[in-house]
Amino acid sequence: MAETIMHVAMIIAMLAVLVAGIRFVLGPSAADRTVALDALTIISTSLIVFIALYTGRTIYLDVAMVYAILSFVGVIAVARYLEGGL
Amino acid sequence: METVKLAGAIVALIGSIFLFLGALGILRMPDLYNRMQAGTKATTLGSILTMLGIGLFHLPWFWQAFILVAFLVTTNPLSSHALARAAHFKGIPLTPKSIEDKLSEDQTEKEDTMPEAEIL
Repeated sequence: MAETIMHVAMIIAMLAVLVAGIRFVLGPSAADRTVALDALTIISTSLIVFIALYTGRTIYLDVAMVYAILSFVGVIAVARYLEGGL
Repeated sequence: METVKLAGAIVALIGSIFLFLGALGILRMPDLYNRMQAGTKATTLGSILTMLGIGLFHLPWFWQAFILVAFLVTTNPLSSHALARAAHFKGIPLTPKSIEDKLSEDQTEKEDTMPEAEIL
């Protein structure tokens, strides 16, 4: 029962990646794409934790942590570049 | 034990529904700032619930998931704030439906009062 609900949750998170990816492709300006990228990285951090559960390996939690740090730094760098400070 | 697992799965399901709604908001909202609001608030809540749900589902991972949640809660508003500030100063327009823009009003007031401040 609980495993089935977990699988449904993972599928819904994958659909979220698909829907945010449409905005990432369409987005008229660079800032729109960066907003979509920001959301995509947060959703993928959750998906990596789902993968850790699915494969049963603890190392993927550390992967998710590093991924969250790198996506934060990346979005800050793109924001500074758009503002003209970089 | 089985009840805790079920509760964790339900919390993770609610979290992933929030993730999906945030992504839908990014697709459907009219301008960048509304998209950013949907994409930041909803996905932050969704990732908090998802990770706590997985921590409840598999209890030995609870504290690692909790650290991940604490990090996301700290950094996610920061990055979206920097992005919104950059977009506003770059001059990306608001949707015509928006009522007021306090930041640009604040800037024009500052520019008006700047010469007087220099005289004083």
